[in-house]
Amino acid sequence: MSAELRYVGKPVARDDAIDKVTGAARYTHDLALPGMLHAAVLTSPHASARILKIDTSAAKALPGVRAVLTGDALDYRLGLYLQDKRILAREVVRYQGEPVVAVAADTLDGAREACRLVEVEYEPIEPVLDPRDGLKEGAPLVHPDLGTYAHMEGVFFPKPGTNIAHHQKVRKGDFDAAFASADVTLTAEFYNPPVQHVPMETHATIVQTLPGDRAEIWSSSQSPYTVRHLMSVCLGLPHANLRVHVPYVGGGFGGKAGLHLEPLAYVLSRAAGGRPVKIVATREEEFNTLPSRQGLHSTVEIGTDKDGRIVALKATYVWDAGAYADYGVNVGRAAAYSGAGPYVIPNCWIDSFVVYTNKVFGTAYRGFGHLEVLWGIERAIDRTARKLDMDPVEFRRVNLLREGETTITGEPFTSGHGSPVECLDAVAKAIDWGRPSEPPSEPRKARGKGIAMLHKAPAMPTYTSCAAVIKLDEDGAADVLVSGVDYGQGTYTVLRQVAAEELKLPIDKVHVTWDCDTAFSPYDWQTVASRFAYMGGNAVIEAAADCLRQIRAVAARALDVEADEIVCEDGAAFAKDDPERRIPYPRLALGYTFENGNSIGGPVIGHGRYIATGLTHLDPETGQGLPAQYWTYGAHGVEIEVDTETGEIEVLDIATAIDAGKVLNPKLCVGQVVGGVVQGLGSALWEGFKFDEHGRLLNPAFVDYKIPTAKDVPRRTQQILLENPQPGGPYGARGIAEHPMISVPGAIGNALFDALGIEFTTLPLDAERVLLRVRERGEIG
Amino acid sequence: MHEIRLTVNGRVERATVPAATTLLELLRERLHLTGAKEGCGIGECGACTVLLDGAPVTACLVLAVEADGRDVRTIEGEARGGELSDLQKAFIDAGAVQCGFCTPGMILSARALLDRNPNPTDDEIVEAIAGNLCRCTGYEAILQAVRLAAERLRGREASEGRRLPAEGDEANSAMKGGG
Repeated sequence: MSAELRYVGKPVARDDAIDKVTGAARYTHDLALPGMLHAAVLTSPHASARILKIDTSAAKALPGVRAVLTGDALDYRLGLYLQDKRILAREVVRYQGEPVVAVAADTLDGAREACRLVEVEYEPIEPVLDPRDGLKEGAPLVHPDLGTYAHMEGVFFPKPGTNIAHHQKVRKGDFDAAFASADVTLTAEFYNPPVQHVPMETHATIVQTLPGDRAEIWSSSQSPYTVRHLMSVCLGLPHANLRVHVPYVGGGFGGKAGLHLEPLAYVLSRAAGGRPVKIVATREEEFNTLPSRQGLHSTVEIGTDKDGRIVALKATYVWDAGAYADYGVNVGRAAAYSGAGPYVIPNCWIDSFVVYTNKVFGTAYRGFGHLEVLWGIERAIDRTARKLDMDPVEFRRVNLLREGETTITGEPFTSGHGSPVECLDAVAKAIDWGRPSEPPSEPRKARGKGIAMLHKAPAMPTYTSCAAVIKLDEDGAADVLVSGVDYGQGTYTVLRQVAAEELKLPIDKVHVTWDCDTAFSPYDWQTVASRFAYMGGNAVIEAAADCLRQIRAVAARALDVEADEIVCEDGAAFAKDDPERRIPYPRLALGYTFENGNSIGGPVIGHGRYIATGLTHLDPETGQGLPAQYWTYGAHGVEIEVDTETGEIEVLDIATAIDAGKVLNPKLCVGQVVGGVVQGLGSALWEGFKFDEHGRLLNPAFVDYKIPTAKDVPRRTQQILLENPQPGGPYGARGIAEHPMISVPGAIGNALFDALGIEFTTLPLDAERVLLRVRERGEIG
Repeated sequence: MHEIRLTVNGRVERATVPAATTLLELLRERLHLTGAKEGCGIGECGACTVLLDGAPVTACLVLAVEADGRDVRTIEGEARGGELSDLQKAFIDAGAVQCGFCTPGMILSARALLDRNPNPTDDEIVEAIAGNLCRCTGYEAILQAVRLAAERLRGREASEGRRLPAEGDEANSAMKGGG
């Protein structure tokens, strides 16, 4: 098949680039509607407190203020999987940064001034700041009413009377017996702090309420249909009353999945008599108020036999969910069924506790729990290998999943899963594993190499589905409509390639419509989980086939042959025995007209769909079942140089191998890998929330929270894309968008040990942490 | 209120603004030039970068009154006569655009570099865009785009017979320290 491909697999340039390099691309950030008001929020200064009194009278009296709202006026509950959140805090605040009062005014300055005039009286409550404390008997409860909250039953299991929003278990074999009889054992603890997604466009939304309980919503969202659905549930409105537009989105990385500022803009617009209300989070609010990646405390226990085969693995994951469950419960679930790494584990025991605390809440972030758990697993794997006196690459090779084995949830591993071992071997070769590093550039520096594996499957409901519609234009060109959002990944370009390939049309005649609109674009669940090219690609293939069926049927009548004799090629249809009599698509797109004027057919509109198949709920006690539509495996190999006088790490080389199944667009695919790797370096080397003893976030701005800049690009990056096809994937492709950032920290941590002989267990590996440990060693040794 | 007069992308604009209005607000809200973005509001992310008398500035930290009598260039002025600039083409060709939110500021920082130094070293390119944050691309493709634009620019200038500033040129090296 692949030998004949004209567009799929080619480095087609993204078609949105021209709007973006000229400044013509309009993001929600840039939109304005006639009569639009601007909103500001007053947020809680306390991590946990009772709201005693709110005085908004001065704010309401300020000229230009059109609406001032507090939580008392809003009896709604929100939540993706667990309805634990209010639009504005009611009675209590549960994190510093939680919105308490919102104002809509003629100008943003006016709205902010009004917020400053609001007086709120709080009575502080003892907060839960460490999730491990939150698990203890007698800990203060973040949600005393947890037992009354509606939630997705059978999938998530909140524990009333505790701070546990969800507990996911995996049980396979007999861990205790196997660990007790293991020849070599390791127990280790690890920690990842919460981090921010940092999309360059902060969350932005505009909502205009309309007569008849209707509303129109513009949002910088990854999920137009999920925004509509969750708002419909929250507000008790029919879906058809809500219309969601998603223009260009300035990055998301998971942080713009689900529902965020849209309900607040809705209630403000309603209170302001139907004026459109725009809310744009400040960067500080993006850190303080909008959700982050959850922190994680891990304990990993590994037992092996003397030949280096893992016989038992136990992991306890305690997630710092923050004040609300949001996506966090599902992160805890996914991180459990993926929580042992891509290895054969005959006896496995995993507990993943998603624990409420009084901190900014967590949500999905690129990699969805996997970067976090694999920081611990991949470091523990290296340490176990050393205990065995085995090469870490060889130890991984012995234990990686292979055909005939099963995953920890009982899923058979097949050749269709791709090849983790090929990924491992590829990165080992790419960084000359086994060959010592060149001497460091200066005597005070040290070099080291490290390897880490990665894997992830889309974490999504068993019924996740999407659709595509393709309309042919008068000139025979095709418009593809989908509701997955291309917020930078390049998926629309890939879908364009797929549609051109399938419709037998030149690619310049295929367009994917930007700006999703739930009024016209067909359903898609959410643009998350590295699933859009896979599921959307399959839907586009089916929609194109539907178009071709319609074209063939009409062409067959026009040419007086059977439909199965019609061939479509290069934008024209003809009978296979008579390629000279071609009917170009423009003469078929709206129907065919015979010479005498008689017409047949009609506008060609194809419809395609895709739904996850064969997935099961996981057994609540054992976690056994099929959680994954497909898995994507990969590995990183890194070489670093660390300065023992400053603690700074420089990445000399990072090689990434991912089994993509089929590379649909090498230019975009490499772009995703490089971008993901550098984002992973952020988590590895610099990023992490710092809280004071009262639970206040100390670094909610770019001044104190540094993400990678152009100066931080590794000296060399290598991308190795393997193509062991995925059965059921479009052209054999798998998702790859999240994977490049997973396990970057593990690879760096392993290289750091190689360089310094010091075990690091806490991220980020910033200069301060590294230097303190180097000095500590100096004093001891 | 202050009366100001400035040139934006070659056109004379007049406005009456309060003292606290930033250049970014003037451009986005009054002149409807929304290519410059606000990513942080404190001059740390570079998404609002525009050229003020040819030098890159973060427009969120410049008051509109400071631009009085001066020349401002935004991304909307980068393409000339419907033709994309070398940099714009290079950003597309090198795959340097993902979500695109940082792209206008990134291109203008690179523009300022190439205008004063068409023959930059890699370090100079890095220095020129180090104040522009990008969360999507990992910067490699952006660095490649600037190299590509510089190569094409040099190729064109060579074919037009113009003298290229050599590395180590006094005027050239004096500007390197700007970052």
